[in-house]
Amino acid sequence: MILGSINPAVLMAALMVAATPILLAAIGELVVEKSGVLNLGVEGMMIMGACIGFIVAVNTGSPLIGFAGAALGGMALALLFALLTQALMTNQVASGLALTLFGLGLTALLGQQYVGITPPRTPRLDLGPLAEIPFFGRAFFRHDIVVYLSILLVGAVWWFLKYSRAGMILRAVGENHDAAHALGYSVKRVRLLAIVFGGACAGLGGAYLSLIRVPQWTEGMTVGAGWIALALVVFASWRPWRALAGAYLFGGVVVLQLNLQAAGVRIPVEYLSMSPYLITILVLVIISSGKGRGSLNAPGSLNRPFHASS
Amino acid sequence: MIRLEKRKQPSRFWRIANPFLAVALTMLAGGVMFAALGKDPLVAIRLIFFDPIFSETFASYSRPQLLIKSAPLILIAVGLAIGFKAGIWNIGAEGQYIIGALFGAGVALAFFPQPGWYIFPLMVIAGAFGGFLWAMIPAILKTRFNTNEILVSLLLVYVAERILAAMALGLMRNPDQPGFPGSRDLRRYEAAHNAELFANTGIHWGVVAALIAVIFAYVMMTRHMLGFHVQLAGQAPRAARFGGVSPTRLVVICLGISGALAGLAGMFEVSGPGGQVRIEFASGYGFTAIIVAFLGRLNPLGIVFAGLLLGLTYIGGELSQMMLQIPGAAIQVFQGMLLFFLLALDFQTNYRIRLTKGARA
Repeated sequence: MILGSINPAVLMAALMVAATPILLAAIGELVVEKSGVLNLGVEGMMIMGACIGFIVAVNTGSPLIGFAGAALGGMALALLFALLTQALMTNQVASGLALTLFGLGLTALLGQQYVGITPPRTPRLDLGPLAEIPFFGRAFFRHDIVVYLSILLVGAVWWFLKYSRAGMILRAVGENHDAAHALGYSVKRVRLLAIVFGGACAGLGGAYLSLIRVPQWTEGMTVGAGWIALALVVFASWRPWRALAGAYLFGGVVVLQLNLQAAGVRIPVEYLSMSPYLITILVLVIISSGKGRGSLNAPGSLNRPFHASS
Repeated sequence: MIRLEKRKQPSRFWRIANPFLAVALTMLAGGVMFAALGKDPLVAIRLIFFDPIFSETFASYSRPQLLIKSAPLILIAVGLAIGFKAGIWNIGAEGQYIIGALFGAGVALAFFPQPGWYIFPLMVIAGAFGGFLWAMIPAILKTRFNTNEILVSLLLVYVAERILAAMALGLMRNPDQPGFPGSRDLRRYEAAHNAELFANTGIHWGVVAALIAVIFAYVMMTRHMLGFHVQLAGQAPRAARFGGVSPTRLVVICLGISGALAGLAGMFEVSGPGGQVRIEFASGYGFTAIIVAFLGRLNPLGIVFAGLLLGLTYIGGELSQMMLQIPGAAIQVFQGMLLFFLLALDFQTNYRIRLTKGARA
């Protein structure tokens, strides 16, 4: 009865929008982890992107320049992480946490004059006749450009990891950094590039939240999206298309939950809004139960520091 | 060219010196930040680190605050440090803190308005149990299903925050003031009030508990077999397994201890300085405690000093907000920078910088 009042095409469209921020962050983190680095600072880089993207977009009036700024903001924090973990050999878990705490604080400071402002609207991509197709037009072809870019990015990352030479080097570094080093590849340079790419993606994901999905800036507005993106990478078993499926599944849960709230189901809002986190945990449990590190498909050198001894 | 050479033994000197150096660098970088905000850096730094303790005008208020803010940080950090030593990452202390507070407050509200000496001890037990229970979720998922404890414990923070909001608005709402969110004020319920033990010192039962926890953790880590197992598992997990240390047991113990301590911290806060179950009750102690644990070198005694220092930044932050209109978020940045500098400096502990002549052979 309640579900009946929800238009499936609208639901699908909302689902894609809800999934895009975590999809962007997750696909970036996937590449980072494929290179053997665990960056737990996704939440920090996302909020940085959300904040910088918002500030740039408001000041320039252009959401696209905002997104570029967001990517740079995420990259700046990622560089800091790379400096710590690759050059100074710090613990990756602790450094990632530091990144998140620092990012949350810094953005609260930077963004305080921007609370309550509406950002410039991001236009819908005009797909002409495609948008007029019944059902499919409403569901798939009336989005902003970033939604399509995120899907393209998944495809590009899939191709890059599977078929390109650089992608294979990256995977080699992630699976066994000692062997890759012995073959003459620069482990640290590959990891540095991967980390920076991850930062750019997380920044874009954050900006999607503040510029399109919400669209507004509030302190700590990512509320765990970065952590959910990290969980998504595990859920995807480090495979790009599975990350896409996972993100959309997750988007579906979020949208359904919001619709139930709006429909006035007799469950308090607080309990409904914890469902995305609970479902993420549940999915993590299902994926990791009864399997070892190997069958999970985790990169072999994940979270192991590399220091060339000679 | 410059290259890093791994030390055979971590340098003891840098291990001790780095936290001090990190604090100094943070003050420097913080000064730059304050200058960028258009404030006098020297005045701001003095206001944060010096005036809360020594200034004539502020000290009478802020000196007791120091222990009030530091106690939960120390209590939580001592527990976290044990896990971090073993390579078990409980980063969801904030959630365990919330659930502990809810359990403690739940007991108090259930007995309201009865008097009774046994109510407060019951709340203490309930608080510790609540935190323990919340930490057992990642522990059991880790040991039974091999699920990553970092992600689960962190995600549960968001769940706990929602439960807190639901309680403040629903079950635990003060029935005498239905217009306002939030529970009864436990400070006005004598049997449940975690009052100051000595006037104007800030010492309440939470401070006593923190002290006991520090001593307990110190003895455990240096004198007890369990402490040895924790260190062994952290430094040489394979050796630990061959030596008969059960990883499952260790995960449950480490998460259990840190969860119970975080729960206690929450309970002492809600029944004393915090006063009531409110939506804004959680103030990030669980996350700041991670910085405290690292700054204290995962050592219980070091954590006491680190906790006092970070507690000081909270009070000094409030002071600088009041006097200089420095935004509250600046203190968060400050705390984040501290962790960065500490981690960055630590490469000196494990590596030596070598200058080598000429190109590589």
